[in-house]
This record gives sequence, C-alpha cells and structure tokens, in this order.
Amino acid sequence: MADGYNKPIPIPQPESDNYWEGAKAGELRLRHCDDCNQAYFYPRNICPDCGNNNTSWIVASGKAKIHTFAIVHRPPHPGFMDDIPYVPAIVELEEGPRMATQIVNVEADPSAISIDMPVKVVFESITDEISLPKFEPA
Amino acid sequence: MPVMDKLKAISGSAAIVGVAESDNIGRVPEKGPMELHAEAGRNALADAGIDKSEVDGVFTAGYSTYDIAEYMGITPHFTDSTSVGGSSFVIHIAHAMAAIEAGYCEVALITHGESGRSNRARPGGNPGLAAAQYEAPYGIMGAPIGYSLAANRYMHQYGEDRTREAMANIAVSTRKWANMNEKAYFYDTPMSFDEYHDSRWVSWPFHLPDCCLVTDAGAAIVVTSAERAKSTKKGGVRVLGAAEGHDHSVLHQMPDLTRTWGRHTGPQALEMAGVTHDELDLAMIYDSFTYTVIATLESLGFCGPGEGPDFVADQRTAPGGDFPLNTSGGGLSYTHPGMYGIFTVVEAVRQLRGETGQRQLDDCKLAMAHGTGGTLSSTGTVILARD
Repeated sequence: MADGYNKPIPIPQPESDNYWEGAKAGELRLRHCDDCNQAYFYPRNICPDCGNNNTSWIVASGKAKIHTFAIVHRPPHPGFMDDIPYVPAIVELEEGPRMATQIVNVEADPSAISIDMPVKVVFESITDEISLPKFEPA
Repeated sequence: MPVMDKLKAISGSAAIVGVAESDNIGRVPEKGPMELHAEAGRNALADAGIDKSEVDGVFTAGYSTYDIAEYMGITPHFTDSTSVGGSSFVIHIAHAMAAIEAGYCEVALITHGESGRSNRARPGGNPGLAAAQYEAPYGIMGAPIGYSLAANRYMHQYGEDRTREAMANIAVSTRKWANMNEKAYFYDTPMSFDEYHDSRWVSWPFHLPDCCLVTDAGAAIVVTSAERAKSTKKGGVRVLGAAEGHDHSVLHQMPDLTRTWGRHTGPQALEMAGVTHDELDLAMIYDSFTYTVIATLESLGFCGPGEGPDFVADQRTAPGGDFPLNTSGGGLSYTHPGMYGIFTVVEAVRQLRGETGQRQLDDCKLAMAHGTGGTLSSTGTVILARD
C-alpha cells in the first residue's frame, strides 16, 4: 500500500475481480453484451439492457471525453484533505459507457478543463491489489 | 406501468391528519435520532388527536420499522421500511394510502429522525455497492460533489451564466422565506445576491449557499382514511395524487444528468389528482441544492428542459412572487438533517391548513410536495388538497 494512503479503497467483488485485476495490469476492462453488441459499465454478469447473460470482457481503448466535472474545495473525507482542490468527473468512454473517475495532471480550475475535452486513462497504484483508472488530458 | 383508472379511483381516499417536527430542530446534540423519531411521532399524533394505541401501520426510512415501533411502543399490523433517501417519506404516503384502501391498516404513522449535525456514528458503506467501488475511491462521496457534477453538465447544455443566476435566485428567494419562519435555521440571517456570489466554494460550481444545511431534526406524518379524517382534531388534508420511482442509484449511471425521475412522478401525480400545474397554489420541492430545484421543476413539467432559469427569474419564487416555492425556507435555509423530504409535506399541510403565520399564502387550497433521494436518484410526488 502506498505509504499513508487513507482514502476509500475498492473491495473487489466476484463480478468485479477481473475489472480490478485488469486495472492492476494496466488495462481498462469492460463488460460487453454479445447480444446487444455493446459495452457497459459497471461490471456485472447480466446485461443491464437486455437482461441476458451472453456477455464477455473487452479491453477498452482508454480514450474518453469529459461528460462533466466538478472542482472539490471541501473534502468529503479526511483522506482527500491534501488533494483539494481536485477534479472528480464522469467520462464517456470511446466504447460508449460512462464511468466516474478523477481528472489528473491538469490545473484544478474551470478555465483549464472543459466538458467534451478528450482524455485518456492512466492507472494509479494505491495498494498491491488495486490500481485506480484515472484520466488525464489526451 | 401505473394503471391510471385504478389510481384515480383511490384519489382522495386517504388524508393527512397530523404533521409535526421534533420538539427542537437545528442543533440538537442532546437527543439522538431515535428520540427525534419518537418525539416527532408523538407530536404528529397529538396534532391529529389520535392516541398511539390506534396506530396500526408504521412507516419509516433509515431504520427498520421494528426499531422505531419498538422504541415507541407500537405493535403494527402493517409495516414499510422503504428506504430511498429523502424521497422515502413522501413515497410512504402513497404506500399508506394503498394499505388503508386495501384494509391492511387504518392509522398510518410515518416517522423520520436524523442527527445530521451531531451524530456520533456514521454508517459505513456496503462494499458490494457500486458507490463503494466506482465512485468513493475518486472522492465522489457525499451529496455536494455528486450534485455539483450534475449541475455542471446542466450549465454546459443550457448556459453557465443563466444557470448561475438561477441558482442565486433560488438561494436568495428561499432564504427570504426562512426569514419568515421562526423554526428556520437561518431565520435571523438574511442573504443578499452579493453575499451569495461572494461566498466560498464547496464543490465548484456550488457555492456554500447552493448547498443544503446539515441539521438535527425529526418529523412525522399521520395518515388515515378520508372518512375517519373527518373526526380528527383538525380534519384532513386529502391525498389526491401520488407517484414514485427511480432511474439509477449512483450518479454516473444517471441517464441524463439534467432530468430526474420527476419527469414521470410529476405528470402521474397530477393526472391522478385530476389537476394541472397552473392550479397549484404551492410547490414544496426538495432543495438539497439550488440546482436540484431547477432540474426538478423542469422534470416535473412546470417548464421545459433548459427553461428553469427563466421560470425562477426575478425572484418569482420569493415571498410576494407569483410562484410560491419552499415557503418553510427549505433544505437550504430551514432544516436539512439528511433525508429532508418529509419536511416538504409538513409545510404543505400547514400552508393548506392556514397555520404558517407571517408566511401564510392567501387561500392555499392545492399543493405539491416532492421528495428526491440518493443522488438525484429517486423521486416521490404527492398532490395535497384542503377539504
């Protein structure tokens, strides 16, 4: 574990083990419905659209655009005290689904970030098991 | 899909006969949340003139009904612990009406209590939920961050400056109402537009006054049949329409960050009641954030997508304006313990009864109360009418 890391740490669940293993290996893995022929987020075995379980895993390109963002000045948790201001965001992946993340390697100022701005995934290792997919300007 | 003919058949069959807060609201460190439930429940029953022994239906959220019923010494025959955040208690009204109509119970007690300001234990998140794996690790926790993400999307679609002005209008108009409610947290604290714009950021695009209070408070509602309501202390405020539902839990799953499930509950509740938006004398709309009000008014159909800023312009929602909104001072300036929705109903009932003193609306006959829960996730709408 990164020394002193005290933010919430994901606990992989049976349906998300492969997602988190992928992130640790530097891959953004998505579930894909082979009946609907579309990817979806977050990982679950049954397609939330059609309800079938004819689903597989794909590796996303890591390319995305910002769907929305905010700039947090008041930390919601003591672990984020040293990070403010930081930039939580929802990004729309090239494959279609949206996911929540943080935009990093950017100035935390509304004039430096814009909705629809292209971004790409980067992985931040926070423990021996967990890396978080975050996004930076492409 | 809801069967409108059946809903219309039970429209008005139940009535709210008692409403109350806990003895104190705001900063109440000397009482825990269970006590706030019990106090509000007792006060609401007193408001109705109904003895606790007659309660046979118990409804609550945040706790299981057996926790609350045991604490209060009630042994109900019908129970409902539906917990969908701040919308829960509005939704309980519809569930109570259905249960009463079906014969499961006669006197329904809905209770709420939270020590949002003074609580001593915060519950941990369930690690199996999407929020714990896919949002919290990024610092997307707590309402201000999620709602500010949605608000920024709205600004992008409909214009930053006019959205900012609308948010300021809501913050200032709601504060004016609070300045007329002696129970309001900000009763003695006016706020100007300049003070709004100069206030500090919580989560951009939200200033501090864009965000609701965090208080200690309880509230309760008593519902019974319209027939039985006639023999209660103050008579009944009839439930003409009700609707509920949700379209996501975590924010990143919300189909459209600018449209809530109110797009269904508003039209359904109004149609069931047989009334239109224009006929409403009062709208009590859950104001967790200023943006929540704008997105909700549009979703409910008071105006079209992107038209909210024009709808609330020029202090139209303030005292003396032609669209009275959140006359208690709302979650922004009256009280907000965490799941505020029940307080929209308390104020609507009091306005319909003519009990709200200096902020009383003239001839208030028909009101909407609307709760939102989660992160713009769940909504419940009721239409209430004075007999």
